[in-house]
Amino acid sequence: MIEPTILDAKEIEINMGPQHPSTHGVLRVKLKIDGEKVRQAECIIGYLHRGVEKISENRNYFKCIPYYDRTDYIAAVSNGLGFILGVEKMAEIQVPERAQYIRIMMTELNRIASHLLWLATHALDIGAMTVFLYCFREREEILKLFEALFGARLTTHAFRIGGLWKDLPPGFVEAVKKFTDEFPARVDEYEQLLTKNRIWLDRTRGIGVISAAEAIEYGLSGPPLRGSGVPYDVRKLRPYGGYENFEFDVPVGKNGDTYDRYLVRIEEMLQSRRIVEQILQKLPSGPIRGKVPRVLKPAAGEYYSAVEGPRGELGYYIVSDGSTQPFRVRIRPPTFISLQVLDRLVRGHLIADVVAIIGTLDIVLGEIDR
Amino acid sequence: MVNFLKRVFFVDVLAGLALTLKYTFHRVYTEQYPTEKPKLAERYRGAPRLNNDPETGETLCIACDLCAQVCPEDLIVVGSERDPDTRKKVLTTYTFDTSRCLFCGLCQEICPTNAIELTQDFELATYSRRNMVWDRTRLEQGWDRIDYGADRETASGRESSRYERKTG
Ligand code: SF4
Ligand code: SF4
Repeated sequence: MIEPTILDAKEIEINMGPQHPSTHGVLRVKLKIDGEKVRQAECIIGYLHRGVEKISENRNYFKCIPYYDRTDYIAAVSNGLGFILGVEKMAEIQVPERAQYIRIMMTELNRIASHLLWLATHALDIGAMTVFLYCFREREEILKLFEALFGARLTTHAFRIGGLWKDLPPGFVEAVKKFTDEFPARVDEYEQLLTKNRIWLDRTRGIGVISAAEAIEYGLSGPPLRGSGVPYDVRKLRPYGGYENFEFDVPVGKNGDTYDRYLVRIEEMLQSRRIVEQILQKLPSGPIRGKVPRVLKPAAGEYYSAVEGPRGELGYYIVSDGSTQPFRVRIRPPTFISLQVLDRLVRGHLIADVVAIIGTLDIVLGEIDR
Repeated sequence: MVNFLKRVFFVDVLAGLALTLKYTFHRVYTEQYPTEKPKLAERYRGAPRLNNDPETGETLCIACDLCAQVCPEDLIVVGSERDPDTRKKVLTTYTFDTSRCLFCGLCQEICPTNAIELTQDFELATYSRRNMVWDRTRLEQGWDRIDYGADRETASGRESSRYERKTG
């Protein structure tokens, strides 16, 4: 597969990033190009490294949580959930049903917000400006909901060990209902702008193709894997936090190209909306926080807790030595692994397609560098 | 044939343009931020405030140091001394470093008397790093952002020339 890339007379090396608008953060890509054709791409990461894993070793379990919001800052809600579910399992803490339902509702809304941001920026990279504005309009609605419930828009510090910080504010359910009612019409608008648009089709169809077998080999997860036709979704296969109570489909693509991954994400937004609607129908009443000891000392041992984040399987491998602080926390970020296929996907494509391929992988550098 | 005609007449592109045109006559979503301040949610976690008892004007803080202990960034410093008569702890100083704050809200959650509170005020930009460390006076009385001259006297004696020009 890997061709020898000797820098001969025709090849030149150019630098893309770290301050390139389409890299969605600070990613530096060294491209070896032959005319307009890309021969090789090398990713250089680490510009956003803050040592979140090391920080976790020096904080107790309650204090760690706000830092995980800052890894994948687009999906702060699901990030917190992954760690909290792990700690709750380790310390055998019961979470009331109402809290579980609200958690799922908010993570699904976060998935919609994250996919909207992805669609907005991806379309903008490829040259469709209007979609950007429309997507941000809907994302704003969701961020307003976050602000009302969690008290912050981006780094939400959404959930607490054992449940939630506070119950839903007045008028919240109606606001979510209004959003879910209007949302399908909005998605139709994005599709009207893109799905059949010939420029969009030309720029995305057949670009960055990866077969199912290869996607599995690389360890991809989330939409990049499902776009290749593998129905792998942690929510379905290893349900966590109450997902087994809800009905939803796992959309898959066929060709594994940028266009299919676009369709998968669009469908995922609608499926998330479906889950939110089900929750609104059967939201139970009751307490929102279970019994949590003031000093939390989970039994010594190891635990891996995985959730399906908007970008794929987000795992927290937590090692406890029986003290109040985790001995080690290892985060398995989905996009760190997605980024590994960049070199494989861009070979042979044009420079302009590199932008589309980085966009379709939906990377977040905060999470890759941690 | 139909597909061919659709291609020739740019039906796919025109469908998109029709949508854009529809929104040209729509309500404008833009918020006029500096002139109109947005209304934030009640729970929003912004600038900190140390609350006083509205009746007596005394501070609500009992100097229990819980907020300082729960803070992930260790940025709160509570200074206290024991009152020799009542044997109670009395708050003397309280500093809050907004430059390092995560705005996670753990401090206001744990405070037994609701003394420390994160408010809806979100404009925290200043011209110097020193100004980002809030002392007790500023936490209690709020921050007079307009009067930069007052800041200069309280926060530090050395300011940049850019700052001088600003205050004129
Ligand atoms: S909001 Fe969080 S980081 Fe900021 S002072 Fe309070 S506990 Fe510390
Ligand atoms: S602000 Fe609240 S938590 Fe902090 S020392 Fe005062 S009373 Fe205790």
